[in-house]
Amino acid sequence: MGIFRRILALGKRSELDRENEDELRDHVQMRTEANLAKGMSLEQAARAARLRFGNPTVLKERVGAEDAALNLESLFRDVRYALRGFSRSPGFTTVAILTLALGIGANTAVFQLLDAVRLRSLPIQKPEELAELRIVGGNRGIGITDSAYANFTIPMWQEIRLHHDPFSGVFAWRQADMAVGPPNEEKHVNGLEVSREFFNVLGVLPLQGRLIEPQDEGGCELSKVVASYPFWKTQMGGQPITPSTTILVEGHAVQVLGVTPPSFFGVVVGDRFDLAYPTCTPPNPRREAFNFSVMGRLKPGWDMDRASGYFNSLSPGVFESSAPTNYSPETIKTFKSFRLAAYPAGAGVSRLRDAYDSSLQLLLAITGLVLLIACANLANLMLARATARQREMAIRMALGASRRRMLRQLLIESSLLAISGASLGIALAQPLSRLLVASLGTSQYSIHLAISTDWRVLLFAAVVAALTCVIFGTVPAMRGANADPIASLKSGERGVIGSRERFSIQRLMVIMQIAVSMVLLVGALLFVRSYRNLMTLNLGMRENGITIAYFGFPALNIKPENQAEFKRQLMNDVRSIPGIQDAAATTNIPMSGTTWGHEVHVGAIEGGSRFTYADPHYFSTMGIPLLTGRAFTDADTNSSQFVLIVNQAFLRKYLSTTQPLGQLVHVMPEPHYPERTYQIIGTIPDTRYSEMREDSQPIAYVPAAQLPLDAQDPRVSAMIATSIGPDAIVALRHNIEAKYPNMSLQFFDFQQEIRDGLVGDRMMAMLSGFFGVLAALLVAVGLYGVLSYFITRRRNEIGIRIALGAKRGQVIALIMRDTAAMLLVGIVLGTGLALLAGRAATAMLFGLKAYDLATLAFAIVLLAFIAVLASWLPALKASNLDPVAALRSE
Amino acid sequence: MAKNDLQGALDLLILKSLSQLGSMHGFGIILHIERVSDELLNVEEGSLYPALHRMEQSGWVRSEWAMTESSRKAKFYTVTAAGEKQLAAREKNWEQVVKGVQAILRFA
Repeated sequence: MGIFRRILALGKRSELDRENEDELRDHVQMRTEANLAKGMSLEQAARAARLRFGNPTVLKERVGAEDAALNLESLFRDVRYALRGFSRSPGFTTVAILTLALGIGANTAVFQLLDAVRLRSLPIQKPEELAELRIVGGNRGIGITDSAYANFTIPMWQEIRLHHDPFSGVFAWRQADMAVGPPNEEKHVNGLEVSREFFNVLGVLPLQGRLIEPQDEGGCELSKVVASYPFWKTQMGGQPITPSTTILVEGHAVQVLGVTPPSFFGVVVGDRFDLAYPTCTPPNPRREAFNFSVMGRLKPGWDMDRASGYFNSLSPGVFESSAPTNYSPETIKTFKSFRLAAYPAGAGVSRLRDAYDSSLQLLLAITGLVLLIACANLANLMLARATARQREMAIRMALGASRRRMLRQLLIESSLLAISGASLGIALAQPLSRLLVASLGTSQYSIHLAISTDWRVLLFAAVVAALTCVIFGTVPAMRGANADPIASLKSGERGVIGSRERFSIQRLMVIMQIAVSMVLLVGALLFVRSYRNLMTLNLGMRENGITIAYFGFPALNIKPENQAEFKRQLMNDVRSIPGIQDAAATTNIPMSGTTWGHEVHVGAIEGGSRFTYADPHYFSTMGIPLLTGRAFTDADTNSSQFVLIVNQAFLRKYLSTTQPLGQLVHVMPEPHYPERTYQIIGTIPDTRYSEMREDSQPIAYVPAAQLPLDAQDPRVSAMIATSIGPDAIVALRHNIEAKYPNMSLQFFDFQQEIRDGLVGDRMMAMLSGFFGVLAALLVAVGLYGVLSYFITRRRNEIGIRIALGAKRGQVIALIMRDTAAMLLVGIVLGTGLALLAGRAATAMLFGLKAYDLATLAFAIVLLAFIAVLASWLPALKASNLDPVAALRSE
Repeated sequence: MAKNDLQGALDLLILKSLSQLGSMHGFGIILHIERVSDELLNVEEGSLYPALHRMEQSGWVRSEWAMTESSRKAKFYTVTAAGEKQLAAREKNWEQVVKGVQAILRFA
């Protein structure tokens, strides 16, 4: 029979088996017949033939073993055998596969997210050539910065556009909010303002129509847009683009030029643009507004270093010619000393990357540890199982099965577990990643990440699965294969091979699990407590029942000199709504991350301070008490004495020795803000300004009515305190819409906004908590398993002890002592590891040190509780042992 | 002598027998070797069948089910071309071994 036939016959094992059996049986019969012919009796002939032939099973095995194709064949048989074995112990199988699936699933999910956020390149041509230009060290707080990605003002961009030798092409872009749709039903979408070169340099080709081209940059009236694929599909119905396709943007019909391909989301990872439109250069661009990000594509032969060198030498010219006016000479000098450098941007830019990189890496480490515990648990389970099956192995080996075959059988079993666990884990990874992404989104900001299972992720999962398989598959197999069949058979169920040693390996693994879960529990507790600290942090102001409101009225065309009065009137209207306790206009929404600073001179001390322009109701609305002096009144206007209220940090920095009231503060000039002298009229306690993690900064409050005319803006940001919640805001919206139909309105809950700012902390608290609990559960399972095994092994000894009069309590103590020993070693080890690991997390914690005694103590107590819980049942079982039955089974 | 050389000897015997008599079943091979060697050589079933299957995997012999003279279905083995080549090589090798061993034995 040829090898091909055998391969073809795969899966028809019985047929092949029968063939071999037939051949051997025929042989015996022929021999019997020959013996008969020699004159033996039938019985004698058959007996002699069988004796000569030897053990038919052994021969069958040996004949089969010679067959190379049969190896494949027996693989099927071994797989079937393994599956039968698994179906006989569903508990073991379920726990094993679930443990693996959770471990691998969690790892893959976090890896996928990490990959999407920081490893993957933009879906453009040759992403490695893409470079972003930035000012080395940022703009040092000069001017107004539009967003985290905005590095340049329009004059700077124009200079760079003229000189970009290292780049074959260069473009500028910025993100901007756009209102789309008919009035009163407008939807806010993500706009992307791009220079004419944008799509060309990126190498993005249109899916429909055409994209923005050089001739589109021109007038500042918005007239043409390019839609993203998701926007085109969902908001425009996916209709073909024709020259007459238009949509309503901010009340005007705008031509849609084309659609970008589905994979293109812009250059910000985690964001998605809806509409892109060409930028324009106003005749008198603001020289202090940092709005744009600039990127370029490296020419062949240039690298980042060489390009940086070029731009570094170009810098003096760029910043000399683009310097803003009206700043103090000091500030202008700083501005002119800026230096440019090129940074790789092939993977796009990302707020997520900056915010969550270290969190995600830590999370990956955490899930890795969980997988480690899961593996240790599985290894323990396999060891226990191998022990229980020693008799079976011994019999099979006595019957002639080779060690290699036994080892292979065990490997197949563990591979099967690993493959099922990994497949389930990969399947689990998708929803887990989505959950992770969702947990990073906030009520205002949703994240769009292409989470995909690409070859890298699959490779990652496969490596994890293979390693797991090798670790917990071969260890028991090696030990099982070393078994001496005779000794195993003799010693019955108890097994004899290296039982001490094997038991100590199991103990070692439990100790390891305790140590690692100690690390995870400490981490979880730290993150949960840190999150709690942030949640309960006293901001120094009222949080609940506060609504943030934005009123925009550029459409009302109110002259700058009348705006202060209009705003005062508007706020009076707001305050007159029933249910609204108080309301205050302000230039800075607290805790929103935005800051406003001026350079100040107080006496001989020069420095900076945060500034907030707020109306007289601000302190009462926000529940901030006045410590000394007076509050603002409506009499504080641009025509009266300029006044200030400062916080304690301001006093500590500038007026630590003198009585503050009546002191003068000189505020240095900058665009729209002339040099002025303010008098301190009151003091307040420290409050948080823009971020929770930031210590109290010097803050100065100025009456909103004293905002310079130049700086007046046709919009009002306000804090509104309500007693009846959302109903008051609904009434307010109706009222304002009726009175000012052209005013744009936006409302956000202050507390919700603050919580949104803690989304990263929430994620770490939630996930580390989840994994901590998972680790503790795994430890419980592991301990329970080992102790149960331990008791089975010592049945006789315990039986004798009970027969000799040992009390229940003594037997329980015997088991518990064992737990205590493992727990102690595990905890000592775990504490050391936790202290080491804590260092990595310190930067992410708030109001806590990584070596927090209370946290350590709590983790220890928790683990001890779990250990006692897990060992109580086996101990109880041991104490209830019937000594007669235990001894008889020997 | 090492185990491999003994096994080599068995392969040689089987291949030679098959080559001489065309196709044979396992029992026939045993009988043939016993008879021709005047019962000096006794091949055990425990060695024969694994060897036959191994040689089949190596492509030196092929097998098919056929009828014996006594109208019994049995598996018959035949030498392949590769088997003949192998036989020639082994025969030559064996003669060398025998010559060598004899030279040692006759050394005075």
